[in-house]
Amino acid sequence: MTTSELGRLDVEAVRADFPILARTVRDGRPLVYLDSGATSQKPRQVLDAERDFYERHNAAVHRGAHQLAEEATDAYESARATISAFVGAQPGEVVFTKNATEAINLVAYAMSNAATSGEAYARFVVGPGDEIVVTEMEHHANLVPWQQLCQRTGATLRWFPVTSDGRLDLSGIDELINDNTKLVALTHQSNVLGTVNPVTAIAERAHAHGALVLVDAAQSVPHMPVDVTELGVDFLAFSGHKMLGPNGIGVLWGRPELLAAMPPFISGGSMIGVVYMDHTTWADPPQRFEAGVPMAPQAVGLAAACDYLSAVGMENVLAHEQALTQYALKQVGDLPGVRIVGPTDPVDRGGAISFTVEDIHPHDVGQVLDDVGVEVRVGHHCAWPLHRCYETVATTRATFYLYNTFAEVDALAEGIQATQRFFGTAAAR
Amino acid sequence: MQLDSMYQEIILDHYRNPHNKGLREPHNGEAHHINPTCGDEVTVRVRLTPAVEGGALDDKATIADVSYDSMGCSISQASASVLTDLLIGSTLEEGMRMLDEFTELMHSKGQGEPDEDVLQDAVAFAGVSKYPARIKCALLAWMAWKDATAQSLETEKEGAS
Repeated sequence: MTTSELGRLDVEAVRADFPILARTVRDGRPLVYLDSGATSQKPRQVLDAERDFYERHNAAVHRGAHQLAEEATDAYESARATISAFVGAQPGEVVFTKNATEAINLVAYAMSNAATSGEAYARFVVGPGDEIVVTEMEHHANLVPWQQLCQRTGATLRWFPVTSDGRLDLSGIDELINDNTKLVALTHQSNVLGTVNPVTAIAERAHAHGALVLVDAAQSVPHMPVDVTELGVDFLAFSGHKMLGPNGIGVLWGRPELLAAMPPFISGGSMIGVVYMDHTTWADPPQRFEAGVPMAPQAVGLAAACDYLSAVGMENVLAHEQALTQYALKQVGDLPGVRIVGPTDPVDRGGAISFTVEDIHPHDVGQVLDDVGVEVRVGHHCAWPLHRCYETVATTRATFYLYNTFAEVDALAEGIQATQRFFGTAAAR
Repeated sequence: MQLDSMYQEIILDHYRNPHNKGLREPHNGEAHHINPTCGDEVTVRVRLTPAVEGGALDDKATIADVSYDSMGCSISQASASVLTDLLIGSTLEEGMRMLDEFTELMHSKGQGEPDEDVLQDAVAFAGVSKYPARIKCALLAWMAWKDATAQSLETEKEGAS
């Protein structure tokens, strides 16, 4: 493939920035990394930024008055500004968490903590008669916290079902989202199906009934342009490590008036206003939600990742992945005995291709692929209820990113055929 | 291809033509195990009979039957099949020794030297121990058998009291 066929994204130049992509695996096979949906690889620029922080500016941020503390705090808050701008947000609206999972838990626990936090936080109280709406395609990270919230508070959990072709079934939306609905939590892009959900339309319905909307953007922010001012939602959660950034940092974006009205999730140092022996007042957001010494080096690394993606251009990243996805849907989807779980048309669909291979368990598919250097994910991908919808226990999943090539999609398709030959299944004969 | 070290012919044979599959009566212990990482499942039934008729179930008790139903990958399926071949007709003491040997082999990181006299066909799983993600697959049925056996012993104790 030439670069013109890939739009304005020069894949070879991109790949040169990722040292790990040059290594071999399993007896000298070139690495074909198709598991970026689980975690992405990191370019040198991100690694250098983190190392530079440690080598030159390292200190605990928002503490101390020495020069290093000033520089570290400045680097941390500059990183917040860069990361905020990457999703169209203001710095004061962005809270750093451990990952997207913790960002979602932050909101869920703020809602249950609201019950015991006094009148100022009454807006977030939920209880019997209230409803939380999720979808059947949620990652466990955007399902289990809401199940738990409902168990703690007596609220009711409801959900959108999925259709056989991997879309949300919105036919019951008028009944499902009603005046009892307090929050709708849904994924922007499914980590299994690749489906991109119509979050803006769903948010409009939710807002008409006074409900809040939280979007799990762990699979969308890394792969497409996302602007919180256009999306029309109230909370957005994503992880740094899935978007070329370091592990250990995630983001919760929230509307500022909502963050201001939320009680804390984790308490301790640096999230306080004034502390007495018997009570404490809270700092304003985002500090209210960042107890303890924060992950400044990782924030700096994530900002470098945002700069990297912005330099490539998120439109180009999206176009490249769409081209790969369209190609893979054909190359993989056309193989005898292979069934794609998720939309088979590339419309409103990201680069996660999950599939089953007739008569071969995904573990065994993954094992043969691994043997030829193709690294994919096997299992339920933290979306067990979704797999039940498609009457399978597990799938094999390939996910793409800006550094993947058409040749790697071919390697995947060849690897699947090698698997069928190895196990001697009908499709191979 | 390194794959052949894991997918030994014995393993593929048991996978394609499993022995003793399908739950059977009578049984006095049953356990259901799930591998949470992939959702694979196995149900194992055990029937223990005392060494001396009318006696208590002790180390010398006979593993009169083991049957199972399962859903999963080649390694977990073949392991369940091999397990029944090894255990049926053995004493509980021998069965527990096989479990210990097999567990040790699975954690040997490819360095294990299994005792073929004890493990018989199960020595074929030695290659699995090189792949940490697959060890659970091979152990799934064995862990379920261990729990089902504990239940057999518990049931007998309750019956006696």
